[in-house]
Amino acid sequence: MSGGAQDQRPVVTGLGVVAPNGVGVKEFWAATLDGRSGIDWIRRFDASGYPVRIGGEVLDFVPKEHIPSRLLPQTDRMTQHALTAAGWALQDAGADPATLDEYEMGVVTASSAGGFEFGQRELQKLWGQGAEFVSAYQSFAWFYAVNTGQISIRHGMRGHSSVLVTEQAGGLDAVAHGRRLLRRGAVRFMVTGGFDASLCPWGLVAQIPHTHLSRRDDPERGYLPFDADACGYVAGEGGAILILEDRHAARRRGAGQEYGEVAGYAATFDPPPGSVRGPALARAIRGALDDAGMNPGEIDVVFADASGVPELDAVEAAAIAEVFGPRSVPVTAPKTMTGRLYSGGAALDAATALLAMRDGVIPATTGTTNVASGYDIDLVIGQARETPVRAALVVARGCGGFNSALVLRHTD
Amino acid sequence: MSRKAVITGLGVRAPGGVGTKAFWDLISSGRTATRIISSFDPSQFRSRIAAEIDFDAELEGFTAEQVDRLDRVVLLALASAKDALADSGLTVADLVPERTAVSMGSAVGCTIGLDTEYARVSENGQHWLVKHELAVDHLFEYLVPTPLAAEVAWAVGAEGPAAVISTGCTSGLDAVGYGADLIREGSADVMLAGASDAPISPITVACFDAIRATSPDNDRAETASRPFDRTRNGFVLGEGAAVFVLEELEHARRRGAHIYAEIAGFAARSNAYHMTGLRPDGREMAEAIRSAMDQARVVGEDIDYINAHGSGTKQNDLHETTAFKRSLGDLAYRIPVSSIKSMIGHSLGAIGSIELAACALAMEHGVVPPTANLHEKDPACDLDYVPLTAREQRTDTVLSVGSGFGGFQSAVVLARPARDER
Amino acid sequence: MSEFTIDELVRLMRICAGETEGIDLDGDITDIPFDELGYDSLALLEVFNRVKHEFGAEIPEEMVGELKTPRMALTAVRDALAATAG
Repeated sequence: MSGGAQDQRPVVTGLGVVAPNGVGVKEFWAATLDGRSGIDWIRRFDASGYPVRIGGEVLDFVPKEHIPSRLLPQTDRMTQHALTAAGWALQDAGADPATLDEYEMGVVTASSAGGFEFGQRELQKLWGQGAEFVSAYQSFAWFYAVNTGQISIRHGMRGHSSVLVTEQAGGLDAVAHGRRLLRRGAVRFMVTGGFDASLCPWGLVAQIPHTHLSRRDDPERGYLPFDADACGYVAGEGGAILILEDRHAARRRGAGQEYGEVAGYAATFDPPPGSVRGPALARAIRGALDDAGMNPGEIDVVFADASGVPELDAVEAAAIAEVFGPRSVPVTAPKTMTGRLYSGGAALDAATALLAMRDGVIPATTGTTNVASGYDIDLVIGQARETPVRAALVVARGCGGFNSALVLRHTD
Repeated sequence: MSRKAVITGLGVRAPGGVGTKAFWDLISSGRTATRIISSFDPSQFRSRIAAEIDFDAELEGFTAEQVDRLDRVVLLALASAKDALADSGLTVADLVPERTAVSMGSAVGCTIGLDTEYARVSENGQHWLVKHELAVDHLFEYLVPTPLAAEVAWAVGAEGPAAVISTGCTSGLDAVGYGADLIREGSADVMLAGASDAPISPITVACFDAIRATSPDNDRAETASRPFDRTRNGFVLGEGAAVFVLEELEHARRRGAHIYAEIAGFAARSNAYHMTGLRPDGREMAEAIRSAMDQARVVGEDIDYINAHGSGTKQNDLHETTAFKRSLGDLAYRIPVSSIKSMIGHSLGAIGSIELAACALAMEHGVVPPTANLHEKDPACDLDYVPLTAREQRTDTVLSVGSGFGGFQSAVVLARPARDER
Repeated sequence: MSEFTIDELVRLMRICAGETEGIDLDGDITDIPFDELGYDSLALLEVFNRVKHEFGAEIPEEMVGELKTPRMALTAVRDALAATAG
């Protein structure tokens, strides 16, 4: 860590959220503390013929209220969400990009499926009508890099940018890469986070064969991570943007607030299925703590990946218990109110953890009522729990074996 | 003492022949591998040309189960990764799982799988409510293209950080840059880093048709990719993969490994201008070049060769030429610049890594590959583009650049590690 | 075949590429360059692609870049329509 008089710790100064249970940080956080879920029957299209009929749709978002008319025909919903959240996060940080050095600002987002609904429309034109009907915008509206590109254009950010695809782990990997670039001095101001919105017929059908998706026909009981009755996860859409800055630079420009510092991070990858070597999740958690120079005892809450798939819940519960000791730290998964948002999920968890630190309250894992026996974790269920939160650990796993862990810490 | 990332092994799957040697033979001879698309009937498209790989998965040792489940983009990556590891002299048993990591670039992931499976579940675009009962079991793995990193990690037993980097057409440079970052910061000692793309599919061809980005020279497929030529009229789609074994310098030296080059500098910038358009002044690419050179602690006089993005579109080649002049001044006129896309097409996210492989091989052989099909320079593209024939010359320090949709501009400097002693 | 009017063109511009804040497409825009109206080459490709599918008027692609104003576009589309009708 660079020492000296200048405190260059990477701090989060702004948040922007678009989630199934709240569009905007305020609405999302109020809903999350109240235990209001955004998981419901899918309404955007007729899902009655599919074996999966529930999801976490963002229904309160009216694109034309947030996105310039010129951008509407060329953007997928997930890009409209990302652009809106980025605008809000900048506002929240009190940052005017026009006053900052263009090469010192970068954008790192995560993506899992790109602009999938846009892609479905164009695939339908291609196969149903012919190649010449395909939109000129298809060349970029679908691909994984679109959100980073559109955010950089909209705000004139010309510094080092990137895009990571690690499924649900991507939200943390993007924040961590933003931190890496800040610490290396490549940039001073980063827009980071992740968004996905694959709840269209083609997106749902592409997810259905995945055995991890819950097929339970009940919005209340569809996604119950760590519960004895867990049956997989529910897919959602949305995500979060976090503004990450060099603390010294943030203070110099008069940033309004610091939600916290991105203090530690580590990522690992699991051995192939069937290997004698065990999962690598606990190593990611330890690695993030080491990177932050912290002991397990200094962590006040763990935001779990909370897969909802019993075997994966067991792995995570065991990893948390192994690192922290049995039932030694509160664990929560408010994503039961949004579903898993793919690249947006862990970014939203990081934002939620920072809000928990700000307000001293741990939101509950709604839905889950009966923690499966053998999981030695203190899962926050029922009501939100008021308690000072000085530091939080966020855990995320991407399908296929990606493990990431991020430590967030108060700066004062 | 600071850690350095060096290339100790490489593997390539590119159009025109299987493996690294075939790749080098093709690009150093100035032959081209562009042809009329054979993997599907291209007759309805404006551009019907591509640089395809005659890839025989069975001959490459893949099982029927792998061929069925894994998209071509993953198979190309796996074949390249296997070659890279063998080339490095390391075996899977030599690798410490926790200290081995993976970073794989791709612009469009499992496009062929998605295109094909969409046609199946929609019954050729008939239904908006596509049919789930027609979906293949592994469709999710096309939706989210993480198997590109996962399969490579499993193949070599890597349990360090793994990621797919997807920054459009700079993915191949950015994934290697990301890998070098992880080695320098100490997150890994050995990286499998590279990129793969297999975009030759109706949807990709259609979307580049729509923006008139690809060459429509269907009656002269083998000379359709003409970077920097007065008559150029678009890029030619390609496919392929290149994977490197990146290693921490001391780790490589301790085992007496052959070192191709150090990833001495890497920088990325965005033009924040347009999703597909380029600003004529090339300032962000120039800025990326300057920053990568600063990091590598080299000056313009040190650069022996520039591997251009050189896609062959009107705007790219001008933009890039301007960026070279802007960053290197008059030296830009003296440094050989070439585009291997003239021979193997533009494989989107993969090409940056394939071009880095070409750079490493240029350093190895002391030969700069040419720009094929360059018979008459565009008067506005007035640099030395090494037309038609390779050039023998000592090549110690190389600059490779990329430019992509989304506004991404990246630059990598490869150098010999010996020239910069601790 | 219906006459291709400025209203038709504006309708397609709105559908294909939206409209730029602060610019009134219902005003007299016939001679205002597309780039001043906020439409780039991609937007125009999209518009002319739509013209082709809805009206059957195909503008040669090397010509698209030369059509700098709505008036030039209208003339080109009408000429193309006349050519196909004739």
